[in-house]
Amino acid sequence: MSDQRTVLERVGEVPLSRRRFVQWSAAAGGAAGLMGLGGVGLQQASAADPAPSAEKIVWSACTVNCGSRCPLRLVVKDGQIVRVDPDDTGDDAVGTQQIRACVRGRSIRQRIYSAERLKKPLKRTGKRGEGKWAEIGWDEAYTIIADKLKDTIAKYGNESVFIQYGTGVIGATVARSWPPGGSAIARLMNCLGGFLDQYNDYSCGQIEAAVDFHYGAWQGSNSNDDLVNSRLVVMFGNNPHETRMSGGGEVFVTQTVKRTAGHKVIVIDPRLSDTAMNLADEWVPIRPGTDAALVAGMAHVMIKENLVDQAFLDTYCSGFDEAHLPAGAPPNSSYKSYVLGLGPDGVEKTPQWAAKITGIPAATITRLAREIATTKPCSVNQGWSIQRHSNGENQARAPMLLANMIGQVGISGGGNGERESSAALPMVSFPVLKNPVQPVLPFYAWTDAIVAGKGMDYRKGIRNAANLNSNANVKHDVVLGADIKFIWNYGSNATVNQHGDINKTLEILSDESKCEMIVVIDNQMTVSARWADLVLPDATTAEQVDVIAQGSAGNLGYTILADKAIEPLFDSVPVYEQLTNIAERLGVKEQFTEGRTQEEWVRWLLDESRKAIPDLPTFDQLRTQGIFKKKLDSYISMKKFRDDPVTNKLGTPSGKIEIWSSNLYLMSQDWPMDVEGNAIDPLPIYRQTREMPGDPLQAKYPLQCIGHHYKQRTHSSYGNSPWLKEAHPQHVWINTLDAQARGIAQGDAIMVFNDRGKLVLPAYVTPRIMPGVVSVPQGAWYKPDTPGGVDRAGAVNVLTSQKLTSYAKGNGQHSNLVQVQKA
Amino acid sequence: MAKQLAFYFDQTKCTGCKACVIACKDKHDLPVGVRWRRVAEYSGGLWLVDERTGTMTQDVFSYYTSYSCNHCDDPICVEACPSTAMRKGENGIVKVEPEICIGCKYCAMACPYSAPQFNEAKGVMTKCDFCSDRLAAGQTPACVAACPSRALDFGEVAELRAKYGAMASIEPLPAASVTKPNLVISPHHRAQVSGTGTGRIGNPKEI
Repeated sequence: MSDQRTVLERVGEVPLSRRRFVQWSAAAGGAAGLMGLGGVGLQQASAADPAPSAEKIVWSACTVNCGSRCPLRLVVKDGQIVRVDPDDTGDDAVGTQQIRACVRGRSIRQRIYSAERLKKPLKRTGKRGEGKWAEIGWDEAYTIIADKLKDTIAKYGNESVFIQYGTGVIGATVARSWPPGGSAIARLMNCLGGFLDQYNDYSCGQIEAAVDFHYGAWQGSNSNDDLVNSRLVVMFGNNPHETRMSGGGEVFVTQTVKRTAGHKVIVIDPRLSDTAMNLADEWVPIRPGTDAALVAGMAHVMIKENLVDQAFLDTYCSGFDEAHLPAGAPPNSSYKSYVLGLGPDGVEKTPQWAAKITGIPAATITRLAREIATTKPCSVNQGWSIQRHSNGENQARAPMLLANMIGQVGISGGGNGERESSAALPMVSFPVLKNPVQPVLPFYAWTDAIVAGKGMDYRKGIRNAANLNSNANVKHDVVLGADIKFIWNYGSNATVNQHGDINKTLEILSDESKCEMIVVIDNQMTVSARWADLVLPDATTAEQVDVIAQGSAGNLGYTILADKAIEPLFDSVPVYEQLTNIAERLGVKEQFTEGRTQEEWVRWLLDESRKAIPDLPTFDQLRTQGIFKKKLDSYISMKKFRDDPVTNKLGTPSGKIEIWSSNLYLMSQDWPMDVEGNAIDPLPIYRQTREMPGDPLQAKYPLQCIGHHYKQRTHSSYGNSPWLKEAHPQHVWINTLDAQARGIAQGDAIMVFNDRGKLVLPAYVTPRIMPGVVSVPQGAWYKPDTPGGVDRAGAVNVLTSQKLTSYAKGNGQHSNLVQVQKA
Repeated sequence: MAKQLAFYFDQTKCTGCKACVIACKDKHDLPVGVRWRRVAEYSGGLWLVDERTGTMTQDVFSYYTSYSCNHCDDPICVEACPSTAMRKGENGIVKVEPEICIGCKYCAMACPYSAPQFNEAKGVMTKCDFCSDRLAAGQTPACVAACPSRALDFGEVAELRAKYGAMASIEPLPAASVTKPNLVISPHHRAQVSGTGTGRIGNPKEI
């Protein structure tokens, strides 16, 4: 190991290879920005080296937002990363597994040495988004930001400075980009009087809001290693094989425990996803956004045939039947009344009723209901796709309700209907000081807050920072006092690419008098960076030292020391150093740094973490071994509550599982609904909201369009890798029948459009998606042929809406009606 | 030294992620367009839409096959090569000698697995060499070490067949009788035997 340090230090002193790379990159830039010869194109530079030195391995990590977290062993030669090797520790058993990086992490050289790497600070010279830039020095960049921050805070207050949601560097600790309020940028802002924070996120905005009402707080379902104790696993839209793809994470864990346990897996999904194809024994295709109807149809069978776990419902739940409604609830407002047609709508939720909505035959619904109610232990869990709908809050609660009806909460082999949780080492986070700003914005409403933030109150989703739990924000008097005037975007593509309705977003951002400053800190020229006023080139994870907390991996706890493998390329600077320099210009450097360099913070973080994890290695030990692994106990969700519900009450008003939520009832009487079709429902009923099947808009736009997570990239991270684009090209999933009806053949260029936008992509004609549904995999890098015109890259967000869901005020980004035709 | 090395592929574990493909590209610095390892998606089945009830039924299936060069017992590429650049050598590995190859592409046309891959920039044929340098260093081939699902393995073909059986004729691959590939497959539960398939390749441009 001492050898490795020597070589790294020598490389740092002699940046010869780096200079060669810069020259090569300039030449490649002329070749249409392609990587050219030999993959990442480093061979030419290396081949010219007269005295090649030995290869060294440096531990690093992939730090993007998939939910997994993979170590990468970077093979470094002459100051360049020449290869990526996988984890070589651990084995093939759950709890001690080797953490093999997925297709994306394995391609990381193409991110580090991308032709789109940002090289120097850029200042916008044309109109916003026009693509005209001037390269400036770091000193000028720091000064511009410091001056503008002072000016903005003086003029509009700290509430006008917003840190954008960004998960491109979610896996880092000092350089962590998410949550925004836990980032180094938040720490800087907190030295200056605070900033406008946000709650919940694009991944799970609706379930985060809804679960508080159902279970009192986010619980997470059992960790997937515990599925080894399940006889049946029911996954609503859960797709670890295409999301948490690490060979040490949930794809490995779910595959391995299924082999051990021999349990049956049922996947409910509009697509024959790779999880449905590989892990499932049965695939149940369902129309997007209708899972709550399926649950109601199954509930009908379970109620009629006395298959519900009545003892569990009576002891642990509130509102399943009339006898267990709280005082003040209107009559016939229980879930049982809803299902039996005794509620306000008077409609019995028979399997036939559910069949028409979901597309699943009634006989299948009946069979599934019986199987799920009688095969125990049964794990009901969900992916977050099902709640990313215009009715997402109810969608999120429906699988929870199913888990309640069969009494599988709080036991091994069961689950509570949320997504899997995982055991984790309690690593200490980077301390960010205290943000005194009280109003907190729902994550999806930032475009609204640019246009008309001032005056937004709780009924618009503003929460009080004192307690962000949904139950604490039913009503309060905190009001947002300013529009958003300054946006910090670090490791984020949410300013344009990942937010709903790109064309509307661009219209809002085009008005430079509204949001006056957008600062993007990234290592690639992302779509969001194109719309910035100032772009600062960040160093990649491979170019700085950090401690990397683990990802979701069943019961395996681990942490990685990502060392500095190479010098920062070009003129890039690690974000912590950038912020330190800005802090200095604002007179808060001492408070910001506490006298520590990034490496000193990493040492401190490990020392602090060791207080709770005594066997955690020291910085120097961990730097040598790269990764520390520890087999932990399985996570059994809500076990304490199950064991003793009187002592361990939940955070709901009743302390029980609130199938009928008294707080949602209060809100339904108070919160006005801005979006047609929206309503706040105390029960997780099926509600046909915006752009659901049956919407009259289907006369014009007959197809439902979702945007599934794609193997090619993690959201938009890695979206510009030539290798990954070749391996997993962007295309539209369309069923064979829908394609035939439109004269579309495999590979044809097709246009997908609605009133919000248009995109053109090749057709992937397949039986793997149900008729009536198309999918444009989310995260492709928006590239319109003309400003506001047809997107040729296939960014699904030209089709999605900014309309907020009913009370999460979140993102129904899978609720889109479209038409498709040959382009 | 092995008599004949072979790849083992557990199709029941393959999720089609292509970590194997990228690990191969990364190890050998392969440009876009040169794929020493490929993953085919094979899918089929029908949908029945019942307009009366608004419901649908289906018997859809899909599975992936990851394959590189199978270092065949009857290497048709060697037979087709007019320059003798393509040779079967140590450990039964089929290699191409770049100094001898004239870039005529006959081998690529002959091979039913698309194993020989032409490198435009180099002007010669290239292909999987079983990561001979890694084998020499006591390591596993890059693709095998990479697989997140542990679906790939390698070894002496006789041992692999004794352990897993001799199946290699799975759609969309050709019947093993054509080139006698040193490939052992544990089939996906919906896999179809070569020549009897009812599906089609879902990603023809990727293989």
